[in-house]
Amino acid sequence: MADALLEVRGLSRRFAAVDALKEVNFSVAAGEVHALIGPNGAGKTTFIHHVSGALRPDSGSVHFAGHDVTGLSMHERVRAGMARSYQITNVFSGLCARDNVALAVQGRADAGSSFRFWRPVAAETTLLAEADSWLAQVGLADKADTVAGSLSHGEQRALELAMALATKPQLLLLDEPMAGTGPEESARMVELIENLARHVTILLVEHDMDAVFRLADRISVLVNGRMICTGTPDEVRSDPGVRRAYLGDHL
Amino acid sequence: MAFYRPPAWQKPVALAALAAACALPFVLEAIDQAFYIGFATRLLIFALAATSLNLVLGFGGMVSLGHAAFFGIGAYVAAICQQAGINEALLVFPAAMAVAGLFALAVGAVSLRTRGVYFIMITLAFAQMVYYLFISARAWGGDDGLPLAGRMTLAGFSLAGDNSLFFASLAALTATMLLFGRLAQARFGRTLQAIRENETRMEALGYPVFRYRLAAFALGGAVAGLAGALLANLTGLASPNLLQWMQSGTLLVMVIIGGVGSLWGGVVGAALLLGLEEVLAGLTEHWHIVLGLLLLGVVLFAPRGIATLFGRRDG
Repeated sequence: MADALLEVRGLSRRFAAVDALKEVNFSVAAGEVHALIGPNGAGKTTFIHHVSGALRPDSGSVHFAGHDVTGLSMHERVRAGMARSYQITNVFSGLCARDNVALAVQGRADAGSSFRFWRPVAAETTLLAEADSWLAQVGLADKADTVAGSLSHGEQRALELAMALATKPQLLLLDEPMAGTGPEESARMVELIENLARHVTILLVEHDMDAVFRLADRISVLVNGRMICTGTPDEVRSDPGVRRAYLGDHL
Repeated sequence: MAFYRPPAWQKPVALAALAAACALPFVLEAIDQAFYIGFATRLLIFALAATSLNLVLGFGGMVSLGHAAFFGIGAYVAAICQQAGINEALLVFPAAMAVAGLFALAVGAVSLRTRGVYFIMITLAFAQMVYYLFISARAWGGDDGLPLAGRMTLAGFSLAGDNSLFFASLAALTATMLLFGRLAQARFGRTLQAIRENETRMEALGYPVFRYRLAAFALGGAVAGLAGALLANLTGLASPNLLQWMQSGTLLVMVIIGGVGSLWGGVVGAALLLGLEEVLAGLTEHWHIVLGLLLLGVVLFAPRGIATLFGRRDG
């Protein structure tokens, strides 16, 4: 695909004797919400780790915005415009929500160097105001001063999202943003992601099928380390291979 | 973890401590105890060295068992400069900081690729290498160390008087405390503390984690080098013992007793350890036992250090 923002070519990775990923080809077009689904242990998280740069493949390559990023480290990929949220909530629980997001803003290249030794961040009003605006985007405006550890689970998921957004990514990797949230919080999260999708390309890994089929423009299915199908929600729903391998009667 | 924020009591207490320190030499002279000015200077210098380790250990989360190498290198740079005819502290002290800092940069560039116990071991190994290098360097005195012919001058004024060296050390410690106190609240310090808490998360936010750690490690080394140069002036000797791992251990104990990651941890720890040594060594030769009990007590009852017992914890 010519206008692919993310393209993965022939990616393989073995752990001991297990093919965690086998010759995976995959692409996310600019502007779409692309969902990655698959049964537990299919290799989804391993795949995300390879895209984000936490792991390196045995063979194959990852291309982002027209550049080969296979050799780049995680922080270099983030700087190139790829942000991720974590499956297990991974915020700084001792810091207030604002400080969490301020860290994300501060890490961005256009926000200035972090080699500043004298001026307290508390006096950096632009930085903190920007952090507040990201919090507002995910509906946490009134929780800015709350310590992240005492936010509800759903609020922590939203905070995680605000931190990813604050890096101003072109591509957002969301690793099970709905994990562990109740139905009400899930509904809010779906709405939130729907809104975000207007501004940013999203690669969504998710177990909640209702959310996936509501949000995704395209869906790819990973089974036993192999990408067995990619298509629109309707195509995936009716694909006999997918039905057999994974979805069963759920659809 | 919350980011370091200066507690409300800090400013008045710090100013009072500074005023008391300034008055100390004159008070000691008035009561005929001028002998203790040297001890107080030693205390300031070790407070400086321990504070520099606390930046690395407390704020950076890097357990270095080789910090004495930078301390000792600072002392040797001072002695070697004097041997070469440079006796002006305004040149020698920055040189000591530069050499110690650059060496820390090199050590850090290698060691910081490892984690946990490997990091402890590799920093220890580097420090011991330096130790053996110096005890085998005949030109620099080998086992005996390299003596100084006398104290240096600072901006033309002699440091020979006990008061002048005391105030030079006090100025160095004050400047360092001021810088570290600011740094901990600035972007760099917050980045460092967040990396200590969750390195991977910071990388996922786009931070080149290694670079920040390395900068802190080198800065800590440079300040330790300054402390070493001051100590060489005080004792009149650059001794290889300063480079030994026991010395790194002593600095670690100071930081742990005082408070890891607390701005005042190094100062409190150095004061407590050297003060106890001074008092107890006069009473019994088994003073190490008391010291051991103290360390035990701190770990059990104030695991965040003595400094954190006052006011709200500021780590």
